[in-house]
Amino acid sequence: MQRRSLMQAGFAAAALPAPAFSQGAAARTLRVIPQANLTSLDPVWTTAVVTRNHAFLTYDQLCAQDAKGEIQPQMAEGWVTEPDGLAVTFTLRPGLRFHDGEPVLARDCVASIKRWARRDPFMQVLSAQVAEVEALDDRRFRFRLKKPVPLLLLALGQTQFPCFIMPERIARTDAFQQIREPIGSGPFRFLSDEWNPGQRSVWAKFDGYVPREGAVDGLAGGRVPRLDRVEWTVITDPATAASAMTTGEQDYWEYPLHDLLPLLRRNRQVVVEQRLLDGTYGICRFNTLHPPFDNPAIRRAVAMAVDQRDYLRAVAGNEAGGWEACEGVFTCGTPLANEAGSEVLKTHDIDKAKAALAAAGYNGEKVVLVAPGDYPQINALSLVTADVLRRLGMNLEVVSTDWGTLIQRRASKETVEKGGWSIIHTTSSGQSLSLPVFHLFLRANGPQAWFGWPEDAEIERLRAAWTETGDAAESRRIAEALNRRAMEVMAYVPLGFYWQPSAWRRNVTGVFKSPVTAFWNMGKT
Amino acid sequence: MFAYIVRRVLATIPVMAIVALFVFSLLYIAPGDPAAVIAGDQATPADVERIRASLGLDRPFLIRFGEWVWNILNGDMGVSIFTNLPVTTMIKQRIEPTLSLMILTLCLAITIAVPMGVIAAWKQGTWIDRAVMGFAVLGFSVPVFVVGYVLAYIFALELDWLPVQGYTAFSQGFFPWLENLILPSIALGGVYIALIARITRATMLEVLQQDYIRTARAKGAGQTNILFLHALKNAAVPIVTVIGIGIALLIGGAVVTESVFAIPGLGRLTVDAILRRDYPVIQGVVLLFSFIYVLVNLLIDLLYTLFDPRIRY
Repeated sequence: MQRRSLMQAGFAAAALPAPAFSQGAAARTLRVIPQANLTSLDPVWTTAVVTRNHAFLTYDQLCAQDAKGEIQPQMAEGWVTEPDGLAVTFTLRPGLRFHDGEPVLARDCVASIKRWARRDPFMQVLSAQVAEVEALDDRRFRFRLKKPVPLLLLALGQTQFPCFIMPERIARTDAFQQIREPIGSGPFRFLSDEWNPGQRSVWAKFDGYVPREGAVDGLAGGRVPRLDRVEWTVITDPATAASAMTTGEQDYWEYPLHDLLPLLRRNRQVVVEQRLLDGTYGICRFNTLHPPFDNPAIRRAVAMAVDQRDYLRAVAGNEAGGWEACEGVFTCGTPLANEAGSEVLKTHDIDKAKAALAAAGYNGEKVVLVAPGDYPQINALSLVTADVLRRLGMNLEVVSTDWGTLIQRRASKETVEKGGWSIIHTTSSGQSLSLPVFHLFLRANGPQAWFGWPEDAEIERLRAAWTETGDAAESRRIAEALNRRAMEVMAYVPLGFYWQPSAWRRNVTGVFKSPVTAFWNMGKT
Repeated sequence: MFAYIVRRVLATIPVMAIVALFVFSLLYIAPGDPAAVIAGDQATPADVERIRASLGLDRPFLIRFGEWVWNILNGDMGVSIFTNLPVTTMIKQRIEPTLSLMILTLCLAITIAVPMGVIAAWKQGTWIDRAVMGFAVLGFSVPVFVVGYVLAYIFALELDWLPVQGYTAFSQGFFPWLENLILPSIALGGVYIALIARITRATMLEVLQQDYIRTARAKGAGQTNILFLHALKNAAVPIVTVIGIGIALLIGGAVVTESVFAIPGLGRLTVDAILRRDYPVIQGVVLLFSFIYVLVNLLIDLLYTLFDPRIRY
């Protein structure tokens, strides 16, 4: 007996209310299980991935990355760079409107760029060379530069911390304060009155959206909204989410748990595929301020014992093609990827690592590894490192806590006896490790660097040199030098990458490969 | 009686004040930083500090606590650090599913557990008694989430009779509402049924030994009358007490049940807020739960007078 027939038989006498949507409307609504709870709507205020995904629905970009990573015009009709490289003028496409009906003007773009530039680390590097961003008329605005900035377009079109365009009155909000109105000019309108944080977020097709001509290509091309509504329902329990996908209560699951992939694959109505273009990279970070990891030789000794395959199996299982080793600091498969000087990472030998540890002068100093029990992937990485350290004979204490506590504790520069830490783990998208300019873990500027605070003048010099070069061969040479130096400093151990597939019901159409989860071009049959 | 109610209501004020101080202090000393969560990995320490300052988290404890208390007294529970929505709005969005779940569970539990306990006492030592007690042990021993998964597997995945997850508001119809809540209520009710059934049985056994029951039997009163009219009414005080105490069990169990069945209730709101360190939301929800608990206990105290006229306030 089926659910509907049971209910009909049981309650035949009762006058059931009309369903909220007709069947046609349901067929034009995509029901999505997002990777996290949408709690903030401001993509400048927070860097949460779920907020960025919301922003791709709600807002539009001046330019965007295609599937090859090239920057293509999006809201911009195009741009002109002056022959001396000291000015770049953008022209907006005609007919662009915000969700409140107001036209998108150049001054909206200028205000949005200025707000975003205060928070984006990439643009902060370039900002020193920007004299002014100014609106010339309603459709044109100009960057005036102190010297040519070859990376300007890449910064504006990047996916890591995208520059989304908001109305000027909203974009005037301080970059450290959250905006209150999620009004963009993207293909879908955010329905604030249906927002129940922690449960549901809803978008409706924006009828006034003017997509770019051309087929969808990564995040570039036509962002055509083919659905009437996109509904996100937060299901925190992975088993429940898998059941909801199996029964057809939900249409799309952004980040299914790796353990449940075989179960989903067995269902003929569910498609499981690698939609996201970038893998997720594991990072094992040392605190370089205190013993024993203030000694680079000890850090390198630990790296010698690491075998990325152990970590990746712990996270993503044994499924073929689910993960790959990547023994360099730059994203594998991207132009800067290289393994210059990575021999230390290819050792994979506990005995050699033990000998190196002894030679480095390890004296049994206490090592505190903080692991987030509520974050399955990062917890798995942490536990493998704990095993490696135990096998090396290090004096290890594993502190299991929640992610919220970990991200506070990692900011502590105290010794482990006073609540500090020795090793933490995190993950990062391939995008953010592809270029030195936004490679967080490659920074070595001491107190200003990412948690762990490594200091190395050579890495910083090479990074600065890279941002100024426009030449591909030189860029590659610097990247090799950076990898070599990073392996000597070993501020972190790269742990390879795993793929995060997505799952959707077979009647969902138009799913395209992209660096982020975007919902334009998608429909339902 | 009226004076007693007023006294009890006034007595809730210091209780709530202590809870407020306790919750606020606990969150103040607990590790975790919402500014770090908001800023994300890309942020510099200076960025995190600026966000913390913009949220007012860098101010001294006493100033923050004083402001919070003043706002609460003015009916303002504050604004969520993350969503920018008033805490009262977030609670309003979430209270219906939790109340629905708790009320349905309560009804289900009382309807099943009290007759079970009465019958077990009546049939003491028989297989019926042993079966009821066996069920009670099972109800106490099996975690709510295990029961939830098993129910979802059988009734949603295998039989396709009921939905796996979600919640439909009561305003959208009684049956859609019920359809979503049947499995969560059974899952959550297991331990509650066990608790009430056991205490009902124990109290009934004691009452059934009393002289007035023997007198009732001697006068030729029917078994049903003896059990449900004479004995149960006199056994009601401890049973009602346990039902009241069990509300705390329900609140705790609702957190797990809401996660397993993806019900957007206050339990999940609390867990999400704790994981993100959304202080105003945590404080608001905990205060609300404490208030509900205090209120339920007051109600229970008043119910005593209904069941036992000897009790006077």
